[in-house]
Amino acid sequence: MDRRSFLKMLAVGSSGLALGARPGIARAAEAGDTTEFCAVLVDATKCIGCRLCERACAEANSLPEPDLGDRSVLGTRRFTDVSRFTVVNRYETEKGEVYVKTQCMHCNQAACVSACPVNALKKRREGPVEWSSNCFGCRYCMVACPFDIPKIEYDSPAPSILKCGFCFQEKISKNEIPACVEACPVGALQFGTRRDMLEEARTRIYTEPDKYVHHIYGEHEVGGTGWLYLSPVPFDQIGFRTDLGTRPYPQYTKGYLTNIAVVDLIAPPLLLGLSYIASTRFKGTRDEREDETQGEKP
Amino acid sequence: MIGKLKTREFWHTELAPKGKLITPFNVITLPVILVGIVLIVIRFTRGLGSVTNLSQEFPWGLWIGFDVLVGIAFAGGAYVLCLIYYIFGYEKYHPIIRITTLNGFLAYSFYAAALVLDLGRPWNAFNFLIGNGFGFSSIMFLVAWHFFLYTICLLIEFAPGIAEWIGSKRLWKFVNMINLGAVILGITLSIGHQSGVGALFLLAPAKIHPLWYSEFIPLLFLVSSVFAGLSMVIFEGSITQRVFRARFDRKDEDRHNGLVVSMARICAVTMFVYLFLKLLELNHGQEWNLLATPYGYLYLVEVVGFVLVPLIMFARGSRNGSLGMIRTAALLSMIGIALNRFNVCIIAYNWYLPEKYYPSWMEIVVTLTVIFLELWVYRWVIHRMPVWGSDPVWERDAPPTAEAAHG
Ligand code: SF4
Ligand code: SF4
Repeated sequence: MDRRSFLKMLAVGSSGLALGARPGIARAAEAGDTTEFCAVLVDATKCIGCRLCERACAEANSLPEPDLGDRSVLGTRRFTDVSRFTVVNRYETEKGEVYVKTQCMHCNQAACVSACPVNALKKRREGPVEWSSNCFGCRYCMVACPFDIPKIEYDSPAPSILKCGFCFQEKISKNEIPACVEACPVGALQFGTRRDMLEEARTRIYTEPDKYVHHIYGEHEVGGTGWLYLSPVPFDQIGFRTDLGTRPYPQYTKGYLTNIAVVDLIAPPLLLGLSYIASTRFKGTRDEREDETQGEKP
Repeated sequence: MIGKLKTREFWHTELAPKGKLITPFNVITLPVILVGIVLIVIRFTRGLGSVTNLSQEFPWGLWIGFDVLVGIAFAGGAYVLCLIYYIFGYEKYHPIIRITTLNGFLAYSFYAAALVLDLGRPWNAFNFLIGNGFGFSSIMFLVAWHFFLYTICLLIEFAPGIAEWIGSKRLWKFVNMINLGAVILGITLSIGHQSGVGALFLLAPAKIHPLWYSEFIPLLFLVSSVFAGLSMVIFEGSITQRVFRARFDRKDEDRHNGLVVSMARICAVTMFVYLFLKLLELNHGQEWNLLATPYGYLYLVEVVGFVLVPLIMFARGSRNGSLGMIRTAALLSMIGIALNRFNVCIIAYNWYLPEKYYPSWMEIVVTLTVIFLELWVYRWVIHRMPVWGSDPVWERDAPPTAEAAHG
């Protein structure tokens, strides 16, 4: 595994470094406009597990309202679903109970976006990853997403792919902040540009180095994500996958796509040439065979 | 002969079923098809969840794993034989070319239909074609296009058979003229989608068990489609020979058996290449230690039991000309391919989760329905169209001169 991840790092190469150096504006720099990706910084040391973000999310997205009084749900790990785009889980860690919110990470170079055959999932230049109804429901996005976020309505004859949309339509486009961030009573969630949120995260780690593990989850994972996490304990203790690597997901298929484009271009003339060669080379045998069958005819 | 019949009469006699209605095959398949159709109606009115065991953790199940992944691999015989016959010029394959392209065409048509059953929003199924979103960075987009265009190529490749059936010399000439183009395009497109269905899984590096995840997946799928497709041709051949015995004479049979031996040899060689790649991959990923885990045993069963063993049987069978051994090997290698595709798509996918996916009986019945319907159409075609590749009437009777061809 070591060797492989090393190879992967090599493969990421310059693009990975560029992302690290100028977080959040990689895409904008390409497009030549100055819009920066937005981001939310989640500070797991602050979260108290009140789940008000869950309620605000449900309200903003017209989903069934969660029963906040029922604290027992925190006991078992929950995942996002078609009826809830965000959940808060409680983890028993070496530093006691830690609460963590999960939702779509709004990856910089999202696996789901590169997977979708009809561009139903799109990364906005403002950062949010959104789904639209030209989707044909192949569920490849669900296979591809490293965080298992897109969910489909299996019980509907006209299912949608549902997930957090960063409240872009509901809030951000109206210059408001996402519903969950607004609802958080303790400031565990902070909304801003990705660059600023990374700055903020680093500052917190520098000023209180004992409080945090020195890692910002989402800074480099899968090429960087729009949701960034600070944690008091190593991230594998609070339900994060730490084996995803830093290679942006589109990179996994890029090489193959190029190869096939080359095959599609080169194979036809090659095959034509081969068939021509074969037809002259086998000319003799073909005539023989024909003679033979002719002769055998009753 | 056919041309003398009036067109109306022709369609009347040709479209009507031929043969007895009560046969063991019909008695078994009809009820399954009827139940399957009911299930399909339920699926479209109540959603995927009403008939499948799919879950958020396992978005792809039997319909993708078997109907699409295994189906495409099994249908690989068409492009392989076209390559051997048309491009490399091995004339001896002539008798089975048309039947194989027919099989390929039917397989692709029906699996495309099965795929639509699986799509959550099937009314958008053609969005990738009409440009309601071109996902140029998507493997699924690439596969969809290659799959779609290849199905058309297969139709063109088989079209001479249709032309002879309806007795249209004009159509026959036309499709023969564009045949080589369709063949070349078809092979190119096959390389694309046979490897492409494997490449789909490149995007799940963290979800597929390391023994099955590999950067080589596209190549592995491509190489295995060669022997999977040929095994299917061998297997089908042995069945067709039995079922449609009346249509073969001794000479045909001998010639066919000779082909089986040649194909067995190709299977053995490609399986060797495949095993070599597998080994290379195992070593590259430093995954030897994983072999001593339950998933490792599964891997060994797949690779040793259903690749190495049939490889040896193919090699020995083709050396001694033992058809029985070759046919058993074909069957084993087909099981191996099915196991491999299931492993990649279902069993080794999200392998670390406590939840597992098992197909519901309804998913199985719908899959059987698709297969049986295909067999019905296959039988219908075989009873009507000239599929065992003898030349059409006008070619056989006419002296092979230029004027005759124009007359
Ligand atoms: S977390 Fe998953 S669904 Fe969200 S943007 Fe990333 S890949 Fe897409
Ligand atoms: S399910 Fe829809 S959104 Fe997801 S990849 Fe397929 S077409 Fe795109």
